[in-house]
Amino acid sequence: MASEIKQGTLELVNHLPILQVITPMLIAPILVVLNNKTLSWLLSFLGALACLAISILLIQAVSDGSILTYYLGGWVPPIGIEYRIDAANAILLFLISIISAIVLIFSYSSLHAEIPEEKHTLFYSCFLLCLTGLLGVVATADIFNVFVFLEISSLSTYVLVAQGAYLDRRALSASFNYLIMGTIGATFFVIGIGYIYMATGSLNMMDIAERVNQLSDNRTIQAGFAFIVVGMGLKLAMVPLHVWLPNAYTFAPTVVTCFLAATATKVALYVLIRFVFSVFNYEDNFVNELFFLLLMPLAVIAMIAASVIAIFKQNLKKLLAYSSLAQIGYMLLGLSLMNQKGLASSLVHMVNHGFTKAALFMSLGAFMLKTKNAYIKSLRGLGKSMPFTSAAFVIGGLSLIGVPGTAGFISKWLLLEAALETGYWLVAILIIASSLFAVIYIWKIIEVLYFSESSESYNEVSVLTLMPMWILALFCIFLGINTSLTVDVANMATEILFK
Amino acid sequence: MDVNLNFIYGHLPYWLFIILMLSGLFIVVSRGNLIKKIVGLNIFQTSVFMFYISIGKMKGGTAPILLDKSADNSAVIYSNPLPHVLILTAIVVGIATTALGLALIIKIREEYDTVEEDDIQKMDQKDLKKYNKKNVLETNS
Repeated sequence: MASEIKQGTLELVNHLPILQVITPMLIAPILVVLNNKTLSWLLSFLGALACLAISILLIQAVSDGSILTYYLGGWVPPIGIEYRIDAANAILLFLISIISAIVLIFSYSSLHAEIPEEKHTLFYSCFLLCLTGLLGVVATADIFNVFVFLEISSLSTYVLVAQGAYLDRRALSASFNYLIMGTIGATFFVIGIGYIYMATGSLNMMDIAERVNQLSDNRTIQAGFAFIVVGMGLKLAMVPLHVWLPNAYTFAPTVVTCFLAATATKVALYVLIRFVFSVFNYEDNFVNELFFLLLMPLAVIAMIAASVIAIFKQNLKKLLAYSSLAQIGYMLLGLSLMNQKGLASSLVHMVNHGFTKAALFMSLGAFMLKTKNAYIKSLRGLGKSMPFTSAAFVIGGLSLIGVPGTAGFISKWLLLEAALETGYWLVAILIIASSLFAVIYIWKIIEVLYFSESSESYNEVSVLTLMPMWILALFCIFLGINTSLTVDVANMATEILFK
Repeated sequence: MDVNLNFIYGHLPYWLFIILMLSGLFIVVSRGNLIKKIVGLNIFQTSVFMFYISIGKMKGGTAPILLDKSADNSAVIYSNPLPHVLILTAIVVGIATTALGLALIIKIREEYDTVEEDDIQKMDQKDLKKYNKKNVLETNS
């Protein structure tokens, strides 16, 4: 392992891990104090840009396989909290920061249509706290710290989802259900941490990993692992535990849906990956059996069932939410194959699907700004009157299906290769079948957009709304052609995880 | 039989934890009243707090306070304070969750005039039939 611990000097690079997390956290209360709508947008956008710059610096620092660590308050782990950045979480930090920056550009023009103006400051402040939580979960190497950040992000997410209530009161019960299920998930996660602490007496991931190796086949550890899998399953919307997701995505404001669909579930999946590889022993029989017998069938069911349900949905936000469930199935499947290729495909798909789904939700949001409605009928003939938004939607759709030349193709191809290499022919066929279902529901929308006559005609949305959408759409193409950012970093990450 | 009783008695805090946890979870799942759901969630979380505190306890252990700095304290058995500290954080998180849940319930009651889940679902379905309400952006309350 080519790891190189840099610690204790005043160079900026050593403080990047903590700056990444606290930048949005420090800005959030400033917004509340200033209480100015435009200024708070500007500050949160600048904060997101700073996060993006830091995450790019971090990717550069770890792309040679080294690991950056930061000891909070100078306390040396395992006593103190440690932040630990390697290739696996650097790529996720990048995804979260860039999506938050792009989504904030979009929110400037779309938010006033969905939330009353006097709530904007608090909305941005909540958004930044959610960002802090997600970044913190990814950066930290202390398992209890993971829980704390997870709850920071979840609590602010519940608030953000409930903001949809100004347009549709069903957002309130969607948010409430999410709160109940999310809290049950988080509490299961805490029970799991308790079991691990009980058996090992440590909270630092690296420290636990060493001690777990000595305690092979310990029932307490296994119970803890099971609790963590269920808890994270709730947070990442693993199929039987997914009931909160479709409503939360449908009734949340578009900005929030974009951000959540691209980041929140991926972060929960990252926590699961981190626990399997860096905390538990991935070669352990128990872990392998759990993934093979439980997670793989669930992932396949998610892939097929959610895609089929998506075909019959008329509300496009709900359709895309179900398609998100199917895509989470792909990522979970890649992980449950338990080999390097599968894990790499899972990591790459996290990033690619993040951009793809954000592009889709954002162009849908742009349609909704004009048509005031999320139903498929309202999109009739918009391909002519809103050509740029429609084109962005089509690019996102193609990437979701996995057409060659788009980001979705790369990760699905990697997943297929991994499945075939392991010898799961049936799984490989089902992956293709699920992609065909995606063709059906995306085609259904494209047909309405381009091949039906419109009763009303709308103007194209403003440039400021088009810009973020097109940045995402271009990323969908760029990541389909240039894979050095995703595939190479993911391969580096899997090597570190499978050390 | 004797062995079993010893097993149960020896793990008494854990049994309490399991009973509390399951009853809390059962209330969350089975009750339709939103406030009762929050109560269930609180019981569920409290069980975890008790679990953490019980794993920090040592037999004959005292509170981890250094009384006499000059004396040799290596013979004194201390309880582990770390789980208490951890659970202090979890309690704060639990309070925040409860507060947010109750705030949502107030909002739901303002909008629907009920806190029963079944009634809310019925009203949503009625809305859908009556106004064909489809996540419309223009209707602003």
